[in-house]
Amino acid sequence: MSTETREIEIQDSAARAASAQATELEGYQQTTDDLVGEKLVINMGPSHPATHGVLRVVLELDGEVITKADPDVGYLHRGDEKIAENMQYNQFVPYTDRLDYLAPLANNVAYACAVEKLMGWELPPRGQAIRTISCEMARISAHLLGIGAYAMDVGAMTVFLYTFTQRETIYNLCELLTGARFTTSYTRAGGQIRDLPEGFIDQLSTFCDEFIPALDEIDTLLTRNKIFLDRTRDVGVISKEDAISFGLSGPNLRGSGVEHDVRKANPYLDYERYDFDIPIGTVGDCFDRYLVRMEEMRQSVRILRQAIAGLPDGPINVADSKERLPNKEKVLMSMEELIHHFILITEGLDAPEGEVYFGAENPKGELGFYIHSKGGGVPYRLKIRSPSFVNLSILSKLLPGSMMSDTVAILGSLDFVMGECDR
Amino acid sequence: MDWQLIIASVIKIVGFVFLTTLPLVALSVWAERRVSAAIQDRVGPNRVGPLGLLQPVADGIKFLLKEDFTPSHVRKGYFWLAPALTMVPALMTCAVLPFGSKIFGEKMVIADLDVGPLFVFAIASLTVYGIVLAGWASNSKYPFLGGVRSTSQMISYEISLGLSVVPLIMIYGDLNLGRIVQNQAEHGWALLPLWGEGLSLKGFILAIPVFISFIIFTTSMFAETNRLPFDLPECETELVAGYHTEYSSMKFALFFLGEYAAMIIGSGLAVTLFFGGWSLPFGWLTPESVDAEVPWWHGLIHIGTFFAKVIAFILFFIVVRWTLPRFRYDQLMRLGWVFFFEIALFNVVLTAILLIIFK
Repeated sequence: MSTETREIEIQDSAARAASAQATELEGYQQTTDDLVGEKLVINMGPSHPATHGVLRVVLELDGEVITKADPDVGYLHRGDEKIAENMQYNQFVPYTDRLDYLAPLANNVAYACAVEKLMGWELPPRGQAIRTISCEMARISAHLLGIGAYAMDVGAMTVFLYTFTQRETIYNLCELLTGARFTTSYTRAGGQIRDLPEGFIDQLSTFCDEFIPALDEIDTLLTRNKIFLDRTRDVGVISKEDAISFGLSGPNLRGSGVEHDVRKANPYLDYERYDFDIPIGTVGDCFDRYLVRMEEMRQSVRILRQAIAGLPDGPINVADSKERLPNKEKVLMSMEELIHHFILITEGLDAPEGEVYFGAENPKGELGFYIHSKGGGVPYRLKIRSPSFVNLSILSKLLPGSMMSDTVAILGSLDFVMGECDR
Repeated sequence: MDWQLIIASVIKIVGFVFLTTLPLVALSVWAERRVSAAIQDRVGPNRVGPLGLLQPVADGIKFLLKEDFTPSHVRKGYFWLAPALTMVPALMTCAVLPFGSKIFGEKMVIADLDVGPLFVFAIASLTVYGIVLAGWASNSKYPFLGGVRSTSQMISYEISLGLSVVPLIMIYGDLNLGRIVQNQAEHGWALLPLWGEGLSLKGFILAIPVFISFIIFTTSMFAETNRLPFDLPECETELVAGYHTEYSSMKFALFFLGEYAAMIIGSGLAVTLFFGGWSLPFGWLTPESVDAEVPWWHGLIHIGTFFAKVIAFILFFIVVRWTLPRFRYDQLMRLGWVFFFEIALFNVVLTAILLIIFK
């Protein structure tokens, strides 16, 4: 008997991926490296002080001028969309906290609205007003961080800490409202977990009063600062056409002069009730995007003031039913509610079949949830349209031609969150 | 051998460089953190010692205990040489700064050179080698970019820095820093000609080019010491940490301290040239001439005055740093070559014309 040894080539999946990447890299090297070797390929990120998370941009530099930019996303991919397919609608709420983690309340609201659209529910007025309040709080908080980090990127460290002082107040409000400062998980399909706590409105109106002077202080530090103007004016100009064709949304779109805000264009919650303006830019450069954000915060305070003044009374959630979790007291006291509670917890909502898309104007842009339901308590497919991802798509067009230092100004002005981009 | 000279020099070197400037470096690190905290509505370091004053000591110990890691891809010789090359020139420039008048008949300057400002610029320009070598020897892309940037930045700004001092030298007609200070003590500070002979039309009109010089000198000083708004070589949001990205432990500390030492020496030079060095305003306690005897307690007051002025200047450095954003590289170069260089040249001509008119 003779034995024969043969080498069989079966690569495991990791090795296959590596070799595929190697061939890809080879092609990449050929396209980026010029033969004379005068260009420098530099890896900005995924761990770099200016990329706010784990964005990686492969820059090809000719001296200090960028000739090619290649954004590489996915370092924070957690498979949120797949996770959603394996859990009931309400169980997914905490995952939405972690999308745009600078504005968890707004994500909660957008998700809950999407599910409610699927269910065909309409919130009572007070519930809608509360959601509007939390959305606008989230917007202020996210824009504050956006501007703070942006200013820090161009070297103005102090602004960052000023904005953080204000964000701290908002976090305190979040804590009062939801019990958590960061991961709020405030909404459920059909309402929110609790009504406004005692003293919340007072604290919110104090915040509104104190916030405007603080914003003016930031304004004096940046808006007419010659160095800041030099760094941001006519840098990273996005034309109206580009902004639309790349599908930008939020302040980045409005900075380019397109007057589109989901709150006005396609009003949800009770935004129709409030009187507010949509600031738009004229040039579409980094400075315009900064100005738009500053003004949006002022408008948010305006909305908050109106919401406080006209806060309706009444229930905050859709009426108790077979779909909506009944009141805890009733669960403990009556048979019928106990059964509903049990069914809802174990089987989830009884969602109808169908497909819905709901887009909300989040701080970063239009956050959309597309839900494909085949009935039952779990979505068949849940797609998240994350504004950061779409906004970053313009990078490879925007960066070439500008200086290496402009990268940080442009990245800062685009104001993205990788948690949302990679989801 | 003149033993007395050697002993006096050693005492002055130890006293000025090691017992005053280096602790002042530590103190300005502390001040930087406390002042920035005050600007930003924070508390700042306040745990180590009273008011957190021992924080620099704790930092120093931390730096010493950290692993002194040398990456394998660096060029070791240059890599190790670079930190020393940034720290040593900064301390060497101390030698010509007159930090007081006289104590017990001994001039309070380590080397009473007749070419003071030239010596300072000659030595200070060596600092750039440290940064270039650090950027080059690190053999890594971000430090390389930082090194390239800082080379061009420091060389460009050295020109306007040197030119900005020329009008002063023309006005005083002297290159000895000790005599320049004495002159200011008698006739009013360069920027504040409010007493003595300075209180004349000539004094006031000559203060115009001096003021222009002062603006250029201070701005160039910011650029030379790599501080915001000109900290491009190490701007952390773009180049991670610039030329010292690959450094750790005490080597990093040397860069860090070198920057502060340069800042202190720069402040000392600015004080000496524009704010009358160790002299008190309005000619109080001014010695009759450079060689005149000074009571020892006057000497002590003069030393105190000098350091008070230097500290005030350092605080100015710190406040600016925490208020302004950072320039872009090309804007910085344009500012240096197109504006400051021309203005400094024009200023020299202006001073010459004024001096002829008011001869």
